[in-house]
Amino acid sequence: MKRRALDMLLVSVALVVLWQALHWRVGEEGLASPAATLRQIGEELESPRFWRHVAETAIAFGWALLYSAGGGLVLGLWFGFRRLAGEVAEPVLTAFASLPKVTLYPIMLLVFGLGLPAKVAFGAIHGIVPVVLFSMAAVRNLAPVLTRTARVLRLDARTTALTVLLPAALPEIVSGLRIGFSLTLLGVLIGEMFAAKRGLGFLIMNAIGLNDSGTIMTVATLLFAFAALANAALLALDRHLHHRGD
Amino acid sequence: MSQVHARLMGVSRVYPAAAGQAAVHALGPLDLDLRRGEFFGVVGPSGCGKSTLLDVVAGLAAPSEGRVTFEQRDVAGEVPDGIGVVFQEDASFGWLTVWDNVAFGLRRAGREAAEVQRRVDEALRFMGLVDFARAYPAQLSGGMRQRVCIARTLVMEPRLILLDEPFGALDAQTRLLMGDELLRLWRASGATVMLITHALDEAAMLSDRVGVMSARPGRFIDIIDTGWARERDSRIAAEPSFGALTARLWSLLRDESLKALGHQRP
Ligand SMILES: Nc1ncnc2c1ncn2[C@@H]1O[C@H](COP(=O)(O)OP(=O)(O)O)[C@@H](O)[C@H]1O
Ligand SMILES: [Mg+2]
Repeated sequence: MKRRALDMLLVSVALVVLWQALHWRVGEEGLASPAATLRQIGEELESPRFWRHVAETAIAFGWALLYSAGGGLVLGLWFGFRRLAGEVAEPVLTAFASLPKVTLYPIMLLVFGLGLPAKVAFGAIHGIVPVVLFSMAAVRNLAPVLTRTARVLRLDARTTALTVLLPAALPEIVSGLRIGFSLTLLGVLIGEMFAAKRGLGFLIMNAIGLNDSGTIMTVATLLFAFAALANAALLALDRHLHHRGD
Repeated sequence: MSQVHARLMGVSRVYPAAAGQAAVHALGPLDLDLRRGEFFGVVGPSGCGKSTLLDVVAGLAAPSEGRVTFEQRDVAGEVPDGIGVVFQEDASFGWLTVWDNVAFGLRRAGREAAEVQRRVDEALRFMGLVDFARAYPAQLSGGMRQRVCIARTLVMEPRLILLDEPFGALDAQTRLLMGDELLRLWRASGATVMLITHALDEAAMLSDRVGVMSARPGRFIDIIDTGWARERDSRIAAEPSFGALTARLWSLLRDESLKALGHQRP
């Protein structure tokens, strides 16, 4: 654990050093310095306007995560238990996973229009695939001996599912959720970049248009910090579940 | 005046044909009486239907033909109360500590916390797992994990215990010691035990009777009385009658094992 924290620190320091070096090379216009970005972060965090954008993204992300995680779990468990459905779905899902979803964006805009629903849908289709694939695999990898043990203990189907199969499948499901989490956030931000008037993705896109590298780096750094923290928490849970006891 | 505890009458099992595979006649038809309180060993060539036999006795699988009774009642569609099974595969629950693994069945059965505590502690003591109560299965060796599964079975106080090659993955010395523990458990619990094993010496050492199965579809070619006293342990391996017994088992099994090998040849 100490070791990992040290590694994280080293990586962060290296990134900042690299950032500073790039800044010196391309100048204030091209890339805001770490110090300037830090100052701007301080200012933005005090501005209500910035928090309105954050709230916008957070709401879209929350809904998208609900759909990608919840929908992904339901579909994944269903495909896992219905072997045939799963066998049909798997190649389709894998192909979909490698498709750049941006190509679907015009269609989504036609269907959902500009605004929240399109962002949510875009986030959800990014995040849902790993959740489905991982939970499907989790169910398929359940050892038959677990079900047999449950039968010897005369557990009913519900108790078997809740007290034996679910805990056995949980570690892999959490791995899927962790990846789904990052991809959902990515999807929402991309959605905001392409078609939105509010949200952090819009802020970035707008700043790109104005060549405002300070704002770009501010938003990017905050997003990076959020994603890294959330990921670290989920990873810790993931590790805990996978290596319980060893 | 031995009483019948579980009975198989004209039992056979055929795995139905599935996706490009022909039906497999795995077992029987065979008859078998397990006597209350006996230690019954089953040996047979691999693939002869031993695990299928266990499934049928336990009610985990229905016979294709014939009838199975346990304590005079038909076994149909579910595992009857009073039967415990130790599987060949590691069936410990990786997300629970050893203590919680052993307590699992009692808790599901809605037993009082105090009773759970008492019985789990006793089972752990019996299996020599007290020091590992807080450990997770991943921290234990294969032999220790199988002990957890045995403790989890015995804590339910089953009247019939079925074991499917439970020591298959263990080294020879550990297996001998586990055999002694099994004998201790059998005597202390008064349960009927059916032990499936591929080790002839194990069957000869532990059993009151050894059922020798033919190549698939498995039937009993012979059922041999070992004549051991109830108080016994692995030291009987030094007795001359033990050698004779093992030799007899092997002479019965040799041809069947060759047949089983022949079956697998393309
Ligand atoms: N679910 C199944 N479907 C089809 N055939 C099976 C199935 N389970 C076991 N068999 C076959 O039935 C025979 C007996 O299997 P099993 O009872 O596991 O043998 P043993 O335990 O003696 O090694 C084997 O030939 C095996 O391939
Ligand atoms: Mg077997």
